[in-house]
Amino acid sequence: MPDDISPAGTVPRAAKPVLPGRFTSRHALWMGLFLAVMVSFTFFADSYRLFQLTMLVVYAVAVLGMTILTGYSGQISLGHGAFFAIGSYATAILMSNYNWPYWATVPVAAAASALVGFLIGFPALRLGGLYLALTTFALAVAVPQILKVNALSDLTGGVQGLTMDKASAPFGLPLTGDQWIYLFSLGVGCVVFLMAWNLARGRSGRAMLAVREQAVAAEAMGVGLAGLKTRTFAVSAMITGVAGALSSIAVQFVAPDSFNFFLSITLFVGLVVGGVDSIPGALFGGAFIEFIPNIANDISKAAPGAIYGVILIGFMFLMPRGVGGAVVNLIRRAAGRGTKAGLAQAPAAE
Amino acid sequence: MNGGQPVLSVRGVVMRFGGVVALAGVSFDVARNQICGLIGPNGSGKTTLFNCISGIYRYSDGDIVFDGSSLTGQPRHRMAALGIGRTFQNVALFRSLSVRENILVGAHHLGRSGFIANALRLPAVRAEELTAARRLDELLELLDLAEVADTAAGSLPFPTQKRVEMARALIGEPKLLLLDEPAGGLNHGEVDDLAELLERIRGPFNLTILLVEHHMSLVMRVSEQVIALEFGRKIADGTPDEVRREPEVIRAYLGETAEEEAHHAGAA
Repeated sequence: MPDDISPAGTVPRAAKPVLPGRFTSRHALWMGLFLAVMVSFTFFADSYRLFQLTMLVVYAVAVLGMTILTGYSGQISLGHGAFFAIGSYATAILMSNYNWPYWATVPVAAAASALVGFLIGFPALRLGGLYLALTTFALAVAVPQILKVNALSDLTGGVQGLTMDKASAPFGLPLTGDQWIYLFSLGVGCVVFLMAWNLARGRSGRAMLAVREQAVAAEAMGVGLAGLKTRTFAVSAMITGVAGALSSIAVQFVAPDSFNFFLSITLFVGLVVGGVDSIPGALFGGAFIEFIPNIANDISKAAPGAIYGVILIGFMFLMPRGVGGAVVNLIRRAAGRGTKAGLAQAPAAE
Repeated sequence: MNGGQPVLSVRGVVMRFGGVVALAGVSFDVARNQICGLIGPNGSGKTTLFNCISGIYRYSDGDIVFDGSSLTGQPRHRMAALGIGRTFQNVALFRSLSVRENILVGAHHLGRSGFIANALRLPAVRAEELTAARRLDELLELLDLAEVADTAAGSLPFPTQKRVEMARALIGEPKLLLLDEPAGGLNHGEVDDLAELLERIRGPFNLTILLVEHHMSLVMRVSEQVIALEFGRKIADGTPDEVRREPEVIRAYLGETAEEEAHHAGAA
């Protein structure tokens, strides 16, 4: 094919083409700084704070799964608590019943939740928007009850749930269990965030965004909707499932009622507060989920729910595009580059 | 009319929407590297025909043969890989994505990397992205889009959006380019630029272009072949001069003008 006769001769070729979403030294600086602070907590924070930080990482990863699904491919899920539960139970069952080491259960939990996500992805092909949201919500309502079923109780522990041994630091490292679990979660979280970011900035992420924006045009460009949507659902479920696995390792206990539909809604709140299509925003979403209920409780023991509601509404008023969007906006303004390109392109372009 | 095997052969294509016949058995051939204009009054079936060729509609009867193989039953997302690129009548850009990202989506079918390769950012992915980015930079220059490359496509003026769509189609290296009213919303100078652009890209990109357009002088200027449709039937097919002299075409267009005037008078 003479396709390579592109008009290169007529146009001066740029020396170095600009890759969207390239990793710049500024990215490296911010990430390095952030990681240094997070790692330093290992040695300064007491075990209660460490547990909270571990859960922050867990919820951030869970929200990240939803970011890929909702922010990138535009599908809404109100049932991601179910994938969180599947990941949690996969880890709990393997550790408790089969004596697997905690770290080996994470890939299995990922695979199990990805498989279920892939299967849920099929109805998602035919259902758009709110109908898909309701279908996933049905899943979230059903899962805790399935976990209580007597026939499965040998495996799941029924209503009682399952308890596990606490992980301890390997290679004789001078760390407490809490410190090690925190570092382990942080490490897994970093890998998952890096992979999600890679996915989002490349060919697959662009295809997801294209489908969200203009499905017909995306198809004309060669994006197969069915394959893309089911795979996106699988990846999203997998990421949230990994969060579930990390949560089991940190809590050392699972029971059906920890995974009621309120968890799904909580994750959805984290998604929106963090910024629907912002990958770093998932961190803020995780922080919101972990800390705001406690803060609300500190402010008023009598009506923590009301305080939580007020804080939530405040966030939505002050940062309608989520914390992630607001931060990107701030950085742009500081860099004096203006905001004409809008924020929605931020995840892939920045 | 032209020697050699046609690159596009439309054979008795029928398209019905319920009881309405939008295309009543349209047939024509387009030779390689030609610009073929498709004209006709509103509702004559031009865009319907486009949507049949690009797989958005499944035609009820007939066949469309592209580059030697039938398009009947091919899924929509296969068309780009077969070599059919297109733009849309009212512009179908990914509005919140930057111009750069919009155009890169056009190269989607040229890539092979899947979810896992992308998540791990394997060297092959990087190489693929670099190749696409290089072509992207050339197209940004060619279509005068370099300055707006990082702007959200939806915030650009309409004529610029049309050029982004053109770039998005061209980066996919199509053999056949379907342009649906590329001159819509353009002023006189911009239409001239467009005509010049079409002349300029067809050679280097090795393109056959099928052009739906109301802007008669543009069609007559750039096309080697013109096909006129009316009520879903072909009423003329030949060189611009031949079609211009065709009594059916004159009648169809004069009729439309008279109707439009009556309509405007009624509205006022």
